[in-house]
Amino acid sequence: MALLDVKDLSVRFDTPEGEIHAVNGVSFSLEKGETLGIVGESGSGKSQLNFALLGLLARNGRTTGQAMFDGKNLLSISERELNKIRANRIAMVFQDPMTSLNPYMRISDQMAEVIMLHKGLSKRAAIAESVAMLDAVKIPDAKNRVRLYPHEFSGGMRQRVMIAMSLLCHPEILIADEPTTALDVTVQAQIMELLSELQREFGMATILITHDLGVVAGFCERAIVMYGGRIMEEAPVDPLFETPTHPYTRGLLDAIPRVDEEQEALRAIPGNPPNMTGAPKGCPFAPRCGFADERCRIETPELLTFGEDRARACFRPIEEVAA
Amino acid sequence: MIVYILKRLAIAIPTLLLLIIFSFLLMHAAPGGPFTQERELPAQVLANLNAKYGLDQPLWKQIASYIWGIVAHFDFGPSFVYKDRTVNEIIAQGFPVTLTYGGVSFVVAVVAGVTLGAVAAVKHNTIIDYFAVGVSIGAQVLPNFVMAPILVIVFTLILGWLPGGGWRFSDPSYWIMPVIALSTSYMASIARIMRSSMLEVLNSNHIRTARAKGLPGHRVIWRHALKPALLPVISYLGPAFVAMITGSVIVDIYFSTGGIGKAFVDSALNRDYAVMMGVTILVGALTILFNLVVDIIYGWIDPKIRY
Repeated sequence: MALLDVKDLSVRFDTPEGEIHAVNGVSFSLEKGETLGIVGESGSGKSQLNFALLGLLARNGRTTGQAMFDGKNLLSISERELNKIRANRIAMVFQDPMTSLNPYMRISDQMAEVIMLHKGLSKRAAIAESVAMLDAVKIPDAKNRVRLYPHEFSGGMRQRVMIAMSLLCHPEILIADEPTTALDVTVQAQIMELLSELQREFGMATILITHDLGVVAGFCERAIVMYGGRIMEEAPVDPLFETPTHPYTRGLLDAIPRVDEEQEALRAIPGNPPNMTGAPKGCPFAPRCGFADERCRIETPELLTFGEDRARACFRPIEEVAA
Repeated sequence: MIVYILKRLAIAIPTLLLLIIFSFLLMHAAPGGPFTQERELPAQVLANLNAKYGLDQPLWKQIASYIWGIVAHFDFGPSFVYKDRTVNEIIAQGFPVTLTYGGVSFVVAVVAGVTLGAVAAVKHNTIIDYFAVGVSIGAQVLPNFVMAPILVIVFTLILGWLPGGGWRFSDPSYWIMPVIALSTSYMASIARIMRSSMLEVLNSNHIRTARAKGLPGHRVIWRHALKPALLPVISYLGPAFVAMITGSVIVDIYFSTGGIGKAFVDSALNRDYAVMMGVTILVGALTILFNLVVDIIYGWIDPKIRY
């Protein structure tokens, strides 16, 4: 049985402008120790999908569907039960390390409270554990620097602190929400390498949310491509990159600039991401898709499995898109 | 930190000096004087009075000797209107009263305002929130000169529970109505500032992190949200505290409390230059002092601020 089994998860937000359909009927599963990438551009619903799993949506958000973890549906259990899972069994690293740590508390207090809460350790023991974890994420002089405040660390160091904090209880699942987006390119590489190492060392299943296909290729075994709150394509990383079977995936791959080819301009996907207000109709990608026809605009293609371990949501034949 | 405080106190001296000079000039620019009466005084009497109080001197000399009196003897001069009383005596008599009912009002306003605002934000868009917002808007739009007589009518004339005026340090029943009349609008302002800053903090990323840690809701609020949400309230509290402990004319008039709020307004109407200057300097000095206190509290809450 899968460690996490998400079925038909949808997220809606009530806003004065109308109901926003951020995530629409997403299903996927995560095996023990697996690394799964969720790729998509801004507004594709990838972050909201994962916030929904831990009940971290904004107040005006509502969730439907199912997310089974250890026999419990994360979407319907009480806040109290969810609190026993948060950080303890499913932990999260957030996008912006500048604002995701509490600027008014020492790192030691912020980290220690996690272990004291879930493992019932004394403060002294909790801080010792925190220092050990800061060592593990290679923060130099952790023993002294644990007493500092977040603003006394650089962006990359703060993200290491976030990662250390998320690993304190040795969670079974780590959700990393664009952990490198806010960082310099060189620091990005260090952080991804660190995550990779820690993932192997601790053996936790990891969901990596990103818009960077290169990061997915380097880190993940399997990837889900999202657009307009839906899954467009799902496949192990290698075949996904070799033969994308969905026009959107193809567009994304074509948009990566290559150094080994003469190229005049970036090949961007024409058009803009969809407006998510109101109930969606047809394939969300249809307005920007070069393969779309009348049917794509009216009917919504289902995510259908093919081959051994792949799935795609597209009416066009594979040969036509992959060619 | 100590150096910073000393520096700020040192800057306070020229600030106060400027305050004294400006208010002195403004006061003398206003037509009339302390001895202007409906029935004009004989010219010789007026000249003698002016000479006695030094009002015949050039303005710069008056200012200089006034400042010298303060610096050398801490003497704010005699009242021009109450012949047998000095400014020091008037302040010494009135200030403890306003300090008491103002101080109590401050505590009431802060405790009630912060609680109301925080609860409203935590229960955002629920009936509790609407109720809290309703209460604070109601408290804000009901001016204290309307509230004071209503209080007197209800609690003194109808119910007979509270004395309708006067002041006794030994009997807190005399304090209750002044405190209610003075604290409500401050309470309302604090509640509104607290509510909006708490809402902002609750939507911030580090609160999401705290929730992702599995902390129960009340721990998220007490440990992670309260401190940052209080910062805007604290910067409002410095000036508000000074305004409250220096009293209110309305309160002093309606409840005959005898505080310096009334003394201040009377002095302006009577052109009682010395009393007016004395109270102005008191308010000015307190404002400078409590702005410094606010900054020190800020530095204590926000580790990014280091002096």
